[in-house]
Amino acid sequence: MSAYQPLGGRIFTKPFIVLFIIFLIGCFFMYQRFVVGGMGAVSNLNDGYAWGIWVVYDIMIGTAFACGGYALAFTVYVFNKGKYHPLVRPAVLASLLGYALGGFSAFFDMGRFWQFYEIFLPGNWNFNSAMLEVGLCVTAYIIILALEFAPALLERLGMHGLLKALNKVLFLIIALGVLLPTMHQSSLGSLLIAMGHKVHPLWQSMHLQPLFALLSALIMGFSIVVFEASSAAVGFGRKPETPLLAGLGKAVIGLLAAFLVIRLIVLMVQGRLGLIFAGDFASMMFILETALFVVPLYILLSPTRSRRGSQLLIAAVSMLLGGAMYRFDAYLITYNPGPGYSYFPSAPEIMITLGIIALEIMIYLVAVKLLPVLHREEHA
Amino acid sequence: MAENEFDFSGLEKRLSVSRRTFLKFCAGVAASLGLPGHAAMAMAAAVADPKKRPPVIWLHGQECTGPTEALLRSEQPSLEHLILDLISLDYHQTLDSGAGHQVEEIKKKSMQENKGKYLLVIEGAIPVKDDGIYCKIAGETMLDLTHEAAEHAAAIVAYGSCASWGGVQAASPNPTGAQGAPQVLKGKTVVTIPGCPPNPANFIGTVLYFVTYGKLPPIDEYGRPKWAYGRLVHENCYRRPHFDAGRFATEFGDEGHRKGWCLYKLGCKGPETYNNCPSLEYNNVGGNVWPIGVGHPCFGCSEQGVGFEKPMFSLSRVLTHAPPNMFPEIESREDVSGMSTTAAALTGAAVGAVVGATAMAAKKLNEKEGDQD
Repeated sequence: MSAYQPLGGRIFTKPFIVLFIIFLIGCFFMYQRFVVGGMGAVSNLNDGYAWGIWVVYDIMIGTAFACGGYALAFTVYVFNKGKYHPLVRPAVLASLLGYALGGFSAFFDMGRFWQFYEIFLPGNWNFNSAMLEVGLCVTAYIIILALEFAPALLERLGMHGLLKALNKVLFLIIALGVLLPTMHQSSLGSLLIAMGHKVHPLWQSMHLQPLFALLSALIMGFSIVVFEASSAAVGFGRKPETPLLAGLGKAVIGLLAAFLVIRLIVLMVQGRLGLIFAGDFASMMFILETALFVVPLYILLSPTRSRRGSQLLIAAVSMLLGGAMYRFDAYLITYNPGPGYSYFPSAPEIMITLGIIALEIMIYLVAVKLLPVLHREEHA
Repeated sequence: MAENEFDFSGLEKRLSVSRRTFLKFCAGVAASLGLPGHAAMAMAAAVADPKKRPPVIWLHGQECTGPTEALLRSEQPSLEHLILDLISLDYHQTLDSGAGHQVEEIKKKSMQENKGKYLLVIEGAIPVKDDGIYCKIAGETMLDLTHEAAEHAAAIVAYGSCASWGGVQAASPNPTGAQGAPQVLKGKTVVTIPGCPPNPANFIGTVLYFVTYGKLPPIDEYGRPKWAYGRLVHENCYRRPHFDAGRFATEFGDEGHRKGWCLYKLGCKGPETYNNCPSLEYNNVGGNVWPIGVGHPCFGCSEQGVGFEKPMFSLSRVLTHAPPNMFPEIESREDVSGMSTTAAALTGAAVGAVVGATAMAAKKLNEKEGDQD
């Protein structure tokens, strides 16, 4: 008997249908973007803002949201905390969906997406490119995630021979599953270095960009596990896994503190602390973003609050929003490509992104109902 | 520190330049060669140490003496001083103070004494038709002289397009059967510094490398030093952004030409010509003094099969990528105003849904935990 079991139950629930409608609207605009009118017809992207929400949300933030598998792989397999094992499969599933759909979303933003295969031809490689690293590494990680999740599918299909063979090499796959996100999540930060002065001084930490990208990705990775587990508890009426999640909460404290402290030290060394209180739009954004990181720190440091599932959920969502804002601020909101340019995503652009998110949640819902993903409840 | 071990006072006198100017020059040469900083010191040391001066035999074939003129015209602590100080120029038809039998004798003597040690520089094409009778010096054909001098040369440099592959002398119909040194001296390594005239900086850089390290710099299949001819003119051209954006001058004096747009449609051969003109420019006067810089398309003078062969105003074969017929406009979307009501509403709804759902879930979790307590 596996420790995991399919949830079962009806697939076409009310939330599922709502999500499906959002997805259909997204599909309509994807059709517009790829077949009818092209990128200019649906998006507000321009020469100043070559990256809109398709990149910044779907890839930069979406893959950080999908770092649950990474964070847990780190905890369970690197720090050998086996008790968190029940959380691994749903986290890996969410990571797989987040990365795969993030990779898919990259195509919306590629002007000549049909030439994408060129990145896989070694003759074309430019080893100085952070983008090449991201492109290849994310592709590799999607495959790794698929393999990490494969046991769930194999169990369900009853292919035990293959499952045994896979289990023998799984340690290698998991090792890669820790290595690859470390590589490309930090490279996502390196991309900001390349943008130089266009990035607002409060977010332009130059050679520390990879560190902040990695720290925020891990913070968001742990948060998303808490968020998913809490949502599953509420949505599927399961027993809350609060004690486990509280443990994860403790792990985040160090990361959060490191993120905030290093951030302030960097700004101090750069002589930019004054910009925080400049009172302009960027300073407001910085304060709001920092508040979103400080609130969870306050919750998690309190011995009573950090044991309550509801407070943990609030802390997790706050960190997710904070991490998302950190990336939004750096890449879009305070990004300044020069005079005359402005950007706010168009409605079709937003609908495509929402459609992808809806698809992600739909697949997740179907997967946990049909495949052994969630852990068997102990006293059901 | 190695640099303190050298005494530059003698050199300052010989070259009549300050130590500072001289070291700056060496650093510049090392940088354009793509060599690290200490190479500049090594070069400076090689020049400051006169024992290493290699003898040079300089032959002139069919040509206009442009390469030599270019070298003598160059500035930067008087390059001709440097080159003449750096090498022992034993034979050079333009610069020799003697003439006739006297210099021919000195040449023979030098070649005999310095067997296998002298540097042979060939300037001008070598006619091979009818046993090479179309170019004779002191009663001997250039063809014979070249073979004779090449036999015991330590290194051979073909300086200028004529010497590199024939240049204008080899242009159709090529009545004298003119060829470059590499074609005549089959089986020997010939470094070529093509250009019409060639950039003296490319010559001095190569010679300095040879004097400093005792070997030739890395060269490509046509014998061109990679540091100078490794990239297309097109790649480093300051008009390249106009090419990529589809802004072309189509006539001399039209709006695009006056605004400094890309000269590709005027027949610029930059996209198929390997040279470092955009980085070094010409004549050391700065201010964009080189053909493309002053508004004339590149002629492809340093590229075999392009210069003296393709019509001046015919389109070049773009070796990087050819421009499409149509370019998207790049300026029209600058003033995109951005936020539409629908977009704002959608964003608000999405953020609201997340916050609302979290609040509800937190409440439910609270209730659940309350039950357990």
